[in-house]
Amino acid sequence: MASSSTVTKPRDVLGTSALRPDGAHKVQGSFEFTSDMHAENMLWGATLRSPHPYARIVSIDTSAALALSGVQCVITASDVPGKPTYGLISSDQPVFAQDFVRYMGEPVAAVAADHPETCRRALALINVVYEVLNPLTDPEDAVSGTHDPIHPDGNVIRHQRIIRGDQKATGPIVVEGEYVIGMQDQAFLGLEAALAIPDSDGLGVHLHVATQWLHEDLSQISACLDLPTEKVRLTLGGVGGAFGAREDISLQVHCCLLALKAGRPIKMQYSREESFFGHVHRHPATIFMRHHADANGKIVKIDARFVFDGGAYTSTSPAVLINGITHTQGPYKCDNATVDGYAVRTNNPPCGAMRGFGVVQACFAHESQMDKIAAAVGKSPVEVRLINAMVTGDPLITGQIMESVAPVARCITETDAIPMPEPLGTTVNELALPGGSGLTASRSNIVRGIGWGVSMKNLMYSEGFDDYATARCILKDGVVSLKFATSEVGQGFVTLAPQIARSVLGVDEVIIEPIDTQIGSAGSTSASRQTWMSGGAVDGACRLVRERLFHHVGKMHDIDPLRLVIDGTDIVDQVGTFRISVADASDGIEISETFEHHHRATEELDENGQGNCHTAFAFVAHRAVVDVDPELGLVKVVQIATAQDVGRVLNPLSAIGQLEGGIAQGLGLAVMEEIVMKDGKVRNPSFTDYLLPTALDAPDVVAVMIEEYEPQAPLGAKGIGEPPCISVTPAIVAAIRNAIGKDIERIPVRPQDICL
Amino acid sequence: MSANEFYSLRVNGKTHQVQDSWVGESLLYVLRERLGLPGTKGACEQGECGSCTVLMDDAAVCACLVMAATAINSEIVTVEGITTDSTLTDVQQSFVDEGAVQCGFCTPGLIVAVHHLLEKNPQPSEFEVKEAISGNICRCTGYGRVFAAVEATIRSRNAGK
Repeated sequence: MASSSTVTKPRDVLGTSALRPDGAHKVQGSFEFTSDMHAENMLWGATLRSPHPYARIVSIDTSAALALSGVQCVITASDVPGKPTYGLISSDQPVFAQDFVRYMGEPVAAVAADHPETCRRALALINVVYEVLNPLTDPEDAVSGTHDPIHPDGNVIRHQRIIRGDQKATGPIVVEGEYVIGMQDQAFLGLEAALAIPDSDGLGVHLHVATQWLHEDLSQISACLDLPTEKVRLTLGGVGGAFGAREDISLQVHCCLLALKAGRPIKMQYSREESFFGHVHRHPATIFMRHHADANGKIVKIDARFVFDGGAYTSTSPAVLINGITHTQGPYKCDNATVDGYAVRTNNPPCGAMRGFGVVQACFAHESQMDKIAAAVGKSPVEVRLINAMVTGDPLITGQIMESVAPVARCITETDAIPMPEPLGTTVNELALPGGSGLTASRSNIVRGIGWGVSMKNLMYSEGFDDYATARCILKDGVVSLKFATSEVGQGFVTLAPQIARSVLGVDEVIIEPIDTQIGSAGSTSASRQTWMSGGAVDGACRLVRERLFHHVGKMHDIDPLRLVIDGTDIVDQVGTFRISVADASDGIEISETFEHHHRATEELDENGQGNCHTAFAFVAHRAVVDVDPELGLVKVVQIATAQDVGRVLNPLSAIGQLEGGIAQGLGLAVMEEIVMKDGKVRNPSFTDYLLPTALDAPDVVAVMIEEYEPQAPLGAKGIGEPPCISVTPAIVAAIRNAIGKDIERIPVRPQDICL
Repeated sequence: MSANEFYSLRVNGKTHQVQDSWVGESLLYVLRERLGLPGTKGACEQGECGSCTVLMDDAAVCACLVMAATAINSEIVTVEGITTDSTLTDVQQSFVDEGAVQCGFCTPGLIVAVHHLLEKNPQPSEFEVKEAISGNICRCTGYGRVFAAVEATIRSRNAGK
């Protein structure tokens, strides 16, 4: 029976750079994204959206659209059979506007027709009469109550304060600023898409959709359709990136409603312009911060006021607000704080989840403040951050004790140790200069600057949410099948999950079953949580299977199962000579186990913002080197040095991909990406006018992974998705300030902020 | 819709009949929706993101900006036609091996663009690579692994593998 392993190449276990199982299909163009799907007898769906930020709907006439050849049906609010609204936290967003439209781009009607062009023409024939109203566009008008409520739930979505320590504490050093963060778009490449196929009896629907959270979609969709959840089945279609923008409902309900009404499959797919209107964005925010410090630059107290513009509907604004204000201190010790925070409703586009989730905004403010403290006490940015660096065991301003591994000082010193880039030579390639392929900069004008950013980011969900993930592992004839509802959006869970199974069970072949709602929830692919949560679930299910396998082998061979361990692809007796391959040991049997991984319970904050509201934290430092053309106001980010607290690296190739990708998005927020608003209207809903980092904008990234095993985490690994994009933004802005000697308190930094 | 235009396109070395199409359809739409070649992706419809990069008479173009009916006399190559082999090209293999693929939506366009670059310029400098793919937006990777994949391809070609 005994056999020896004949592995000739390293096995794709945890810690190796296992390659994506979908990689070959993706490079060949044969990977099926949701927008690539088709069904027999399919029609196209399209959405009519409000051109006004705030208006009363006087009437809707769909008759001309219905009369157009090729149009199958037109639906409006009156066609929603179930709950007329949806929402992640508060169900306050209409499936279709009924009485009022509250933001530019709000859905009013939808059509199904034989061709996308027919859809466009039909939408143009729907006659909606609006009474245009005066929009609420300044969040301060929502805070002050000077504008009438634009929604029955009022204009303040959530108000929360944090009162900590000595409210009268003060220090000899006082620095302050008011920081403004613009509205960033997730700008995933794969536009929103779905294919809804009605059941033949018309009593249910199967939705293929690109989403971050299948089960949350399921519960919201089924409520709106007035169908039991078992009559609505969701399967994950291929997802082309997410970054938070697929956490809310967009086209899901519309697509299902059209399919049920038409009795035919419906495909919907947004254009880029529609995508800007069809999903939530990163919250614009205004943050006032005042730091009191002692003469050494040690923080004594922080006063802060946050206003997050949530736009027309709640989405995740309450949670974004809490994330923002509870990260006021950043990764620094602080005993005394007075923080006031608002998330408010306006007639601007709804804002919600985006990578960094409220902490991006807070970090830009606290890191700008740290540099002001450093300047006031005559210390370097590194010195002042090291003096204040948090350690495990420190209390946060919420009273919660930092229980996570907290290598803040190490992140800073290891970043500081990364070599600086070469000085800008006199014969530099002009593409390397600010302005890039525009070839506008003159070498002699360029000035270089260096800046720092350090951040703390909570991992997983907060405030008492019972967060869990489910996975099933089946071992049969030496092959493992894994089943979970974890959305693969590009992050690589489909690579990681088999690595876990191979490590735990000693198998090589791992099959991932379709990702759908035919198993328990995995929660959302967000909050840097899936490696920890779904990884924990896969690990747990595989361990349960392994325990039963050991019992089976022990019984067959009369060995105490407690003596058995996995060694490579074999099961061995730790105290004897017995050895059998997992393939042989599982021949002819099938073991199936399902596991739910829950993270530890968290609490809601009390009225003074006190409570153990977060699960765990991760840290990172960024140092930016930039070249600036002060006359033209152009910036080239030359190098980003970073050391990130990752717990444990499970896949080095995936990890560096997350770090570099996050850094590019943080760079975008620092110097180019902004949805420009005027009077409640989006001015730049296109990739022509909303600028994204290109290959020529990408900096050299030099990264160090700090591996200090996180005991709370199932695999010892922290989530790594969000931290890279958080403190890189203030680091770049600090480097611009350092280069030109000018204070800049808003992001993105525009040319006029530099040169005027 | 007036939909009785009839024309043929040369795609990946084969002649495809396009029937009952609306004359306003882009090459991107016709490739994806009429010819069964969904490898070419659409993400901006403005020629900004490069997801729909195809070769047209050996020039890299954005298929979203080309009216399909104007492409009747051109040889078009899509990601599906980069190789007739079922195995991956060296560029494709390097993209997988070097971690240049995450969500993968930009990948087909990048694969076409990189093949085109290396065919025209087998030894590109760092900045020639960056400029050549600066019309292909990738939102996931930050480009670092994409550069690594291109470098790996050049290295292996230089080593004569």
